[in-house]
Amino acid sequence: MAITIKVNGIDRTVDVDGDTPLLWVLRDVLGMTGTKFGCGMALCGACTVHVDGAATRSCVTPIDSIGKSEITTIEAIGGTAVGTRIQKAWLEQEVVQCGYCQSGQIMSASALLASNPHPTDADIDDAMSGNICRCGTYVRIREAIKHAAQSN
Amino acid sequence: MILDRLNSGAAGLSRSPSTNDFSRRSFLQAGAAAGGGLMVSLCLPFANRGEAAEGDSFAPNAFIRVGGDGQIVLTMPYVEMGQGTYTSIPMLIAEELGVDLSRIRLEHAPPNERLYGNPLFGGIQATGNSNAVRASWEPLRQAGATARTMLVAAAARRWSVEPASCRAQSGEVLHEPTGRRATFGELAADAARMPVPERVVLKRPEDFKLIGTSAKRLDAPSKVNGTAVYGIDVRPPGVKIATLVQSPVFGGRVKSVNDAAARSVRGVRQIVRLDDAVAVVADHMGAAKKGLAALAIEWDDGPHAKVNTQAIVAELEQATLNAGAVAQNIGDTNKAMASAVTKVEAIYQVPFLAHATMEPMNCTVHVRRDGCEVWVGNQVIPRAQATAAKITGLPLDKVIVHNHLIGGGFGRRLEIDGVTRAVEIAKHVDGPVKVVWTREEDIQHDMYRPYWLDRISAGLDANGMPVAWDHRFAGSSVIARWAPPFFNNGLDPDTTEGAIDLVYALPNIHVEYVQVEPPGIPTAFWRSVGPSHNVFVTESFIDELAAAAKQDPVAYRRALLDKSPRAKAVLELAAEKAGWGQPLPQGFGRGVSLQFVFATYMAQITEVEVSRDGAIRVHRVVCAVDCGIPVNPDTIQAQIQSAIMFGITAALYGEITLKDGRVEQSNFHDYQILRMNQAPAVDVHIVPSRESPGGMGEAGTSAVVPAVTNAIFAATGKRLRKLPVDATALKRPG
Repeated sequence: MAITIKVNGIDRTVDVDGDTPLLWVLRDVLGMTGTKFGCGMALCGACTVHVDGAATRSCVTPIDSIGKSEITTIEAIGGTAVGTRIQKAWLEQEVVQCGYCQSGQIMSASALLASNPHPTDADIDDAMSGNICRCGTYVRIREAIKHAAQSN
Repeated sequence: MILDRLNSGAAGLSRSPSTNDFSRRSFLQAGAAAGGGLMVSLCLPFANRGEAAEGDSFAPNAFIRVGGDGQIVLTMPYVEMGQGTYTSIPMLIAEELGVDLSRIRLEHAPPNERLYGNPLFGGIQATGNSNAVRASWEPLRQAGATARTMLVAAAARRWSVEPASCRAQSGEVLHEPTGRRATFGELAADAARMPVPERVVLKRPEDFKLIGTSAKRLDAPSKVNGTAVYGIDVRPPGVKIATLVQSPVFGGRVKSVNDAAARSVRGVRQIVRLDDAVAVVADHMGAAKKGLAALAIEWDDGPHAKVNTQAIVAELEQATLNAGAVAQNIGDTNKAMASAVTKVEAIYQVPFLAHATMEPMNCTVHVRRDGCEVWVGNQVIPRAQATAAKITGLPLDKVIVHNHLIGGGFGRRLEIDGVTRAVEIAKHVDGPVKVVWTREEDIQHDMYRPYWLDRISAGLDANGMPVAWDHRFAGSSVIARWAPPFFNNGLDPDTTEGAIDLVYALPNIHVEYVQVEPPGIPTAFWRSVGPSHNVFVTESFIDELAAAAKQDPVAYRRALLDKSPRAKAVLELAAEKAGWGQPLPQGFGRGVSLQFVFATYMAQITEVEVSRDGAIRVHRVVCAVDCGIPVNPDTIQAQIQSAIMFGITAALYGEITLKDGRVEQSNFHDYQILRMNQAPAVDVHIVPSRESPGGMGEAGTSAVVPAVTNAIFAATGKRLRKLPVDATALKRPG
């Protein structure tokens, strides 16, 4: 069935089953491959996008559950003030290694800072522990979030 | 793993590539690049031993191209999987050429082992073994210096001045007395006609401008905005998405498939049945997964239907009762053991481990009548090409492999099983198809870090110092399958690394290895491979000896290091920075480890808390490393931070078990990875050095595991000899 969702400010109409996870609509139907597949069970956070600003695992989010909510993906997060700061901090702290999980990390981190401009270590743990990084860049992710918060 | 030492077997090639006495002319060639400009190619002795035997016609091993536009292109034989090789390798060229790193553009090397074989990987064109910088250190700087010398010579001739009065800087040649200057691009065509210098002078370390500085990663910007293209992201026009289920038991077969329900799923286009797998081809992965779930498959489980972990362990334990291949023998261990005052013995074991790269296995293939294209992120591109050619029946030159960024390698992508599967499926599909494994398939059909079991004993003298060391272990040899020529007399250099050539002065040491391949279970390299096992055993056991001698673990080690000054230095530095010996709260302990693997010295000290319920928290890791000249210090820091998280994951959680021939774990809920809230602080201290660089990607993983278990011992008095650690064994009453 035809379903319209708003992705990065643009209405997109796709013809898929309503229970199709948003992740596959983004990646395979709309060709927006910045959002990554990691586990399919909301265990690793690689697929994190924002739904109305909230960090959301797109691999378990059926497309028919989105309605009029606004989806933001890694491709557009640099268009927000918080997203720009996070990306800049990520580069300054040289966070990335293989980089595969970093789209999801950046989406979780930017949602955190948008709602909590000066997070404590415990806040960072709470917001970021759903995102696995197999390269183990956690030390730098934590530092980058703090730097981004300070640059506010 | 180190294959370096195997090089010495080839006649006439006994000198290590790190020595500086090759005839430059014998391996550097230069000339006009296609389309004009200067091309400098080089070859390494090992990768070209066939030619070496015939005389001086060397084929090149890597290329620098200086174009007429001044663009410098490096054809990269190594793939980027997070280790920073896209930055550190071009740094070597840029340093000698005297250009900014930003002036160098990278091109992936095509599959061609004659040209791009890795001399420290037995001539195989592979990225792994923590050896890219080690393999490139001399030759790539030579290539850069040769290009620089020829560009200077071209300028000097043009201006009729002495070459010595000119110098290269920032992409141009400058004649200071007259102020004349010409860009590399302007000089490239002339430079190509200059004679190749017989000798070039490499910069002295004190003159390095780039090496030793923390150059920014060249691949980082695309990885923070979603534009980086990994293998899983390619989208050739018309591509379909497939996912698959393979026989749950290794070696099983498909008996029957009822795919009626799967075919009725919207978006499903095709079901492909192979001998031992079934794939669902669809418009998108959502439909493919839904189709997969709707398949009703009956399997013939085959000969391994009853395989289980307990039986595998029992076989290994039995195998260690029999003699194995002698990996190292110094002195007379039996005699020394017989006269020892105290004897300590133990059995250690480490489990099968999955790689669980964040990017699940995937490969995109388009098979046509007259050719085949493969898109993949892989560490052994020539093997990917070869398997596609074999399965399609096409000649090698009709198979094009596009290599991509790798979303985590750790050894998993030194294998081509995923490419093989994808081509098998693509043969049945009209048009390109991207085969994406679910996480469950990725974990249950990985190729695993082997299970190893060790019997180890030592004899101590009246002072508690070791006079005899006897170690025998059994398990799979990955090399025996992956590079059979390097498995000789029952031994290979990877499986034994970290068990032999210990840093300690041990007067009598005897080490044996017994090869036992597990039934049906594929084994593979896994970040730090042999050392991931051996360093856990040897560094835990030396800790046991210190405890038996009632001595401090750092002091005990230090007393055995008089002949290993670099090892001693890292141990002392780590101890100092970690505050070794200072008081800790109740329930805390410090643990130490020391190793020399991947040509790098490393000591680590962990601070670990064990709660009353047995829960383990690693709070801090201090690492001192001597990896020779640090090429990119920030990358060294990053790799050690990374390797430590990888190792702690293995120490605390990592375990693949089998029951009824099936892997019992399936996703990140039961194959756990360390997370942000569990990650320790990491302090890395790099020892300044002018030695040739050592390997960096893997050393931190093997070092941290015994540092954690030794800290648990310090905190609780419980010695854990089996991984992952059993938290229930650490529960305290009350």
